[in-house]
Amino acid sequence: MFYKNSMYSAMKKSQGKWSILTLLLLALLLVTAGCGGASKATPEPTATVTESVLSGSFKIIGSNTVTPLSSVWAENFMKMHPKVSIAVSGPGTGVGIASLIDGTTDICQASRLITAKEIEQAQAKGVNPYEIQIASDALSVIVHPSNPVSELTIEQLSAIYTGKITNWKEVGGNDAAIVVLSRDTNSGTHAFFKEHVVQMQGLPTADKGLEYGGKVLMLPSTEEGVSQVAGNANAIFYAGLGYVNDKVKTIAIKKTATDPAVKPSVATTLDGTYPIARPLLFYTNGAPTGVIKAFIDYCLSEEGQKVVLEAGFIPVGK
Amino acid sequence: MLTGQPVSITAPPPELRRRLRFGEKLIESVIFIAGILAIIVLLGIIVILLKDGLPIFAHTSPWQFLFGTKWYPISDPPSFGIAPFMVSTLMITLIATAIAVPVGVACAAYLSEVAPRKVSETAKPIIEILAGIPSVMMGFVGLALLSPLVQSAFRLNTGLCGLTAAIMLSLMSLPIIVSVSEDALHAVPREFKEASYALGATKWETIWHVCIPSALSGIAAAIMLGVGRAIGETMTVLMVAGGALAMPVSPVDPMTTMTAVIASSIGNAIRGGLQYQALFAVGLILFILTLAVNIIAERVLERQKRKFAR
Repeated sequence: MFYKNSMYSAMKKSQGKWSILTLLLLALLLVTAGCGGASKATPEPTATVTESVLSGSFKIIGSNTVTPLSSVWAENFMKMHPKVSIAVSGPGTGVGIASLIDGTTDICQASRLITAKEIEQAQAKGVNPYEIQIASDALSVIVHPSNPVSELTIEQLSAIYTGKITNWKEVGGNDAAIVVLSRDTNSGTHAFFKEHVVQMQGLPTADKGLEYGGKVLMLPSTEEGVSQVAGNANAIFYAGLGYVNDKVKTIAIKKTATDPAVKPSVATTLDGTYPIARPLLFYTNGAPTGVIKAFIDYCLSEEGQKVVLEAGFIPVGK
Repeated sequence: MLTGQPVSITAPPPELRRRLRFGEKLIESVIFIAGILAIIVLLGIIVILLKDGLPIFAHTSPWQFLFGTKWYPISDPPSFGIAPFMVSTLMITLIATAIAVPVGVACAAYLSEVAPRKVSETAKPIIEILAGIPSVMMGFVGLALLSPLVQSAFRLNTGLCGLTAAIMLSLMSLPIIVSVSEDALHAVPREFKEASYALGATKWETIWHVCIPSALSGIAAAIMLGVGRAIGETMTVLMVAGGALAMPVSPVDPMTTMTAVIASSIGNAIRGGLQYQALFAVGLILFILTLAVNIIAERVLERQKRKFAR
């Protein structure tokens, strides 16, 4: 309220600025007008070429892990059926499931199973979550390539993520503090990793009371975590196999100290030896119909599953 | 006109007068609605914050909520303690203000009193453009450029920490502080400065003892606007502050502010669930905090105005 006068005088004082702004605006208008004309002209020939009758638009919201995969599927599907438009966004599995329950998305992509509590909440709002597995993923633990540590047990990982182990030398590495990175609570990967690694579900040492330690950095996206690890010699992070690149090193995981260490890969996930593999899923409200069914059929087709391999994930076993 | 008595000798005929009065009433009421719209929206926000936020205190006592240090919203049973977020918000805001105010006021004094007209007329619009940079882009700059710098300068394990966020926030509030305090300094009457020079004061003495004190109310307003920006900023903080849930001990610890925790977990909160209520309660506290800052600012300004009233 009290700065109104000064703002006004600032506006009056710099009239020169406004003429520049007007020029810029005019230029922008001209550019966008040019673009508009161009884009309007292109769809016509393609529309006459294809014979597709499918049309409609729908949304896919959810897992950050599944996003690179479903956006390729969506792009290919829209190329095959120009009248279909698909919007993909990946803020996290939790967001996707909340959107499905609130009725703001058509498909929820998930990197963990829906919980009993979420099903209850959905049914209270008249939504029936319908589950379709579309691929599998090897949840990879990554470090900087210069890190000498190459294998860890799930118990060691749990100790690192709960803050019991804070120095790399305790697991056979350099004498340096561990920078522990995680996704935030929106992420299905966060929830899956908590259950299967932090709380060691399915192991004799399992403890449901364990939580991520207070020093763990909660990051808003998987890309950010991977790029942090690429630039920080002492960082550790977990990500879907599709996000792993050659700037980071994957850690071989041992289920217990006596089991063999297994590197995450398509082969080790398919034969079931990699201990922290998980399903990637689509959830819809009731069994899918119409254009959404056509899309999911495409995803599960041979052609669609080829995309799964290219994106670094594991196809659904026949 | 308002009293209903003819003002001029050739008064409009009664028919036209009635129509004029109706038009005037209509415009008056439109302006009235526009005027109170802001208040209605504000009241609506308060009502929603209270309605959705207060129920959490049936689950967690206000004491536990404000001073608890454990935030595990998706665990079973969940626990909601926001003390680390409040400390982080205060820490980052204080550091950002401590950096931005001296630099901003010095920059404004230079532009208004020292710089040649041409320089200040070119520099000021450029500084104002800086204010329009989206906060996501500032976040990218913080991630790519500043955080490695902070990491190596302080020999930290990671550059994603409160200090990095505070430096980015100070850069973001700088344009507002410079622009508004430059206007305040510019508005200081010439006679003040001329009187000072006539007494033999140097340029520095004139700026320090005459210009800045007389523009203090405007500068205080500028600082409060800067603080407001720093408290409310979300995206940049979310990206570069690190996001650790523990109570920060030093500014170079990774931390999560109140805005960042709302942004990072509102998405997966089911409407009406416990986590949803807890996040609204965080919003409520943030609202009370900014309200307090504004009230204090208003008081300071009032005192300044009385001091300089002639």
